[in-house]
Amino acid sequence: MKNYDQLIFEISQEGRIGYRLSQFEDDNTNIDNIIPKELRRQDELNLPECSENQVARHYTLISNKNFGVDTGFYPLGSCTMKYNPKINEEIAGLSKFSRLHPYQPVETVQGALELMYNLNTMLSEITGMDEFTLQPAAGAHGELTGLMIIKAYHQKNGDYNRTKIIVPDSAHGTNPSSAHVAGFDVVEVKSNRNGEVDIESLKSVLGDDIAGLMLTNPNTLGLFEKNIEEIAKLVHEAGGLLYYDGANTNAIMGKTRPGDMGFDVVHLNLHKTFSTPHGGGGPGSGPVGVKKNLIEFLPVPIVEKEKETYNLNYDKPNSIGKIKGYYGNFGILVRAYAYIQTMGGEGLKKATETAVLNANYMQKKLKEYYHLPVDHICKHEFVLGGLKGDLNEVTTLDIAKRLLDYGYHPPTIYFPLIIDSAIMIEPTETESLETIDGFIETMIKISKDAEENPELVKNAPLNTPVKRVDEVQAARKPILKWEKDS
Amino acid sequence: MKVLEGLLYSENHEWVRVEGNKAYLGITDYAQHALGDIVYIELPEEEEEFDAEDSICTIESVKAASDIYTPVSGTVVEINEDLEDDPGAVNADPYENWIVCIELSNNSELEELMSPEEYKEYCEKEE
Amino acid sequence: MYPYIPNTKKDEEKMLSFLGIDSVEELFSDIPKSIRLDRELDLDPSKSEEEVRKTMKDMAKKNLSADDYTCFLGAGSYDHTIPSIVPHLISRSEFYTSYTPYQAEISQGTLQAIFEFQTMIADITGMYASNASMYDGPTATAEAALLAAAQKKGNTVIISKTVHPEVREVVKTYMKIRDINVIEIDAKDGVTDFGQLESNLSKDTVGVIVQNPNFYGIVEDYTEVEKVTHDNKALLIMNVDPISLGMLKTPGEYGADIAVGEGQPLGNSLNFGGPYLGFMATTKKLMRKMPGRIVGQTVDKDGKRAFTLTLQAREQHIRREKATSNICSNQALNALAATIFMAVLGKNGLTQMAEQTAQKAYYAYNKLIETGKFKPVFQKPFFREFVLESEIEVERLNKELLKHNILGGYSIERDYPLQKNQILLCVTEKRTKEEIDYLVKVMEEII
Repeated sequence: MKNYDQLIFEISQEGRIGYRLSQFEDDNTNIDNIIPKELRRQDELNLPECSENQVARHYTLISNKNFGVDTGFYPLGSCTMKYNPKINEEIAGLSKFSRLHPYQPVETVQGALELMYNLNTMLSEITGMDEFTLQPAAGAHGELTGLMIIKAYHQKNGDYNRTKIIVPDSAHGTNPSSAHVAGFDVVEVKSNRNGEVDIESLKSVLGDDIAGLMLTNPNTLGLFEKNIEEIAKLVHEAGGLLYYDGANTNAIMGKTRPGDMGFDVVHLNLHKTFSTPHGGGGPGSGPVGVKKNLIEFLPVPIVEKEKETYNLNYDKPNSIGKIKGYYGNFGILVRAYAYIQTMGGEGLKKATETAVLNANYMQKKLKEYYHLPVDHICKHEFVLGGLKGDLNEVTTLDIAKRLLDYGYHPPTIYFPLIIDSAIMIEPTETESLETIDGFIETMIKISKDAEENPELVKNAPLNTPVKRVDEVQAARKPILKWEKDS
Repeated sequence: MKVLEGLLYSENHEWVRVEGNKAYLGITDYAQHALGDIVYIELPEEEEEFDAEDSICTIESVKAASDIYTPVSGTVVEINEDLEDDPGAVNADPYENWIVCIELSNNSELEELMSPEEYKEYCEKEE
Repeated sequence: MYPYIPNTKKDEEKMLSFLGIDSVEELFSDIPKSIRLDRELDLDPSKSEEEVRKTMKDMAKKNLSADDYTCFLGAGSYDHTIPSIVPHLISRSEFYTSYTPYQAEISQGTLQAIFEFQTMIADITGMYASNASMYDGPTATAEAALLAAAQKKGNTVIISKTVHPEVREVVKTYMKIRDINVIEIDAKDGVTDFGQLESNLSKDTVGVIVQNPNFYGIVEDYTEVEKVTHDNKALLIMNVDPISLGMLKTPGEYGADIAVGEGQPLGNSLNFGGPYLGFMATTKKLMRKMPGRIVGQTVDKDGKRAFTLTLQAREQHIRREKATSNICSNQALNALAATIFMAVLGKNGLTQMAEQTAQKAYYAYNKLIETGKFKPVFQKPFFREFVLESEIEVERLNKELLKHNILGGYSIERDYPLQKNQILLCVTEKRTKEEIDYLVKVMEEII
């Protein structure tokens, strides 16, 4: 079964059906009479024709070629691949959550609005912000929203000159591209060797053309930006705002809050910190929180509470508008809500403490065998710089691929860009010490293999459904769909 | 690393072959090596005008996209359409496979470019 | 102890002793005291699973769902049939607990499913290539407009007012931040005012956005729109409904450059507005300009067919500040639901679903007109939704319908203030003849 290698189109046979609709007879509604032929499609559809059980087996078989958090350890740095609790799925699947139409009268969706209202309050408490919008569909979408808010704020102040956003060179690639898409110019500031913002370099770019600074804290090296208060002070004095990329929130819950650090806007990734599943690349959710002076710019509608009734308020003249259809990825909000209920305030703090302990333990264990460019207590993740010594040209990519053979998802590699051959490891709090020790042993074994049997590592993986794929051919001669006669 | 005689070179690792009022433009062996496997070249359109230092096309490898800046000003009179289907040709022979041909609008810009010897030295310093 | 944190006290001690520290607190010593939170977070205390279930079910009970009502509400979110197999298969945790398929060797499941999705979207839209999906229909439309603006010289996007109001709102938000002008074209008799469109087209126009079926449910003919759009060297962006493509003329057949739309009707729940999935498909020429993830077919080292994320040089993590879009994910699980939905319906199933939807909508429409109490507002062919006018306010009408366990239609006045007492009703193939007859009976009695 491991070798199952067919596309759904290739198991199709003319005449099969996988689903039967109810019958409907009405002589007055013959299609030819209601929608003229010139408005109808002439091209034949090429969707597959399979029976239901064939479809079931097909997708079950291809699912076996996937690796998820339920399959094994997933220490993918900056992605927080923690366990996705099953109760969250159950609750999100309740028909009274999943079968709500977004335009139902508000009196029929009071529970849904209450959930959104409360989640807003909880996220505000966790981050030290004053109000959240739950509309953004992902972290990148949250960044875009936050930057739109920053722009709206300056424009309302008549400050049309502020066209630049500062981004450290260690930042997630999304930061500069979000800033660009939001119509800003990007000013890169150098990081020092700890990946921290270089204060002098920051000072040299601050001025009345700066709209704000985007920062991750802890930064992408997993290190806490100790100078954050000074950075905030400098940016604020220059008239700019501070944007917090919440990708690393799992490192700080219950310990410190972006709002207290001086940030004006934050986004969270509910699919990272708040345990909602990644779904193979989405759906996520990227709520954005702001301080009081920015609330008026949040996207509409806002969930409001009046006495015991919840309402949707669209009447916000200074709002940046709508950034997504309806109210956000509600189904994901339900899951995050359930997670916060399960953990409580102390549980979230415990999650952070455990994630940080696990990361430090791994860092110390592995630094004997791998470069550790910055040897410092880390937060929830840390970054190695490839193998020690020049081991037979075995690269970080080879190490990652060899991990696949041992049943691990590899860490994030070649990021952040400021570290050569980076291996970014984030264990999260949901892995046992046995799992962590097993992974460490494997990493050590690979470092030895690299020395003694480099070809083995360079040819990895050997035990996966496919071996290393030819990405060059994929991009040179793009085949983006199945074709009948190919 | 190959540097061909009879061409002029820019600091951004492009080569220029001058034929009368026209200049053929390509990237050097050094550049193709640095870029890795080229998967796509986004060519400009004919009759487009560029100033020196403008991005004239984008070269994509699997994990990078690099702008190519023209060292000379002028109008594109010809593009190497073969590269649309076979961008890897630039990896195989970067000097044979020119990318665009420009009708020069300012011949004095050529004086800014390097000779093969100068370019060789320049590359050694880069490394 | 917490059920998702396996480390025992003993484990912790072991790790602390290896690190040579006494308490985990020492690992936070690098956070300046002045910004430390010196109290517990003010949240509800941790709950057991049973307590969580109870709390959240109590909250859910305050909602009434489309299972409690018969739904005749559409306006962008549709209560179509979801075959039982769809939720079952997408609940496999191999699919839903995985990340973006960067590691192709252990992500062939997700990658192949996306490849199949792209094939199906290209097929139903009649376009050359599809991406792996976007956040939702409105953002996909906005991204298409950004694509047009990046591709064409000019700074104006034209959008018909027959496009869904939320789509227009989102497009306007996205365009505003890039200082791109948006011109809205009025509706005339329920369709895009062609004269007004033509006179607004100019050299500065980068794209024209239309919707089919439009917000009123009307199937518009875009033959002429395509012609004038391309005469002006602008891109034609069609926002289309995927179920309707089982029978309606496709963006590909119209000659559109970009097809986008809301994929929710393809096997995704109403979900109070999300998560849904947007789709985007383009001509061959624009393929490399598409935002978002794209999966391609290639081979592995042994020459075996394999799938991988491709054309990544377009994307934000490579282009950083030069990317035209910052999207770095897709709605993979929703796209998987859509894929399984299309696979199980198959070519005949999708056509039947489209046809039966239209037939039932017409059946309801005819019956309601027969009552003599509702007037049709437009005389145009429609697909799934239609607008009727009566003597009473839509809000009142809907209130009465709710009493009979019917979720009524959308009030057109909400977005088009001059159009009073007009209700947009939606009928999918899921509605039975009995349900429709009951709707007609109740609506007749109300007035």
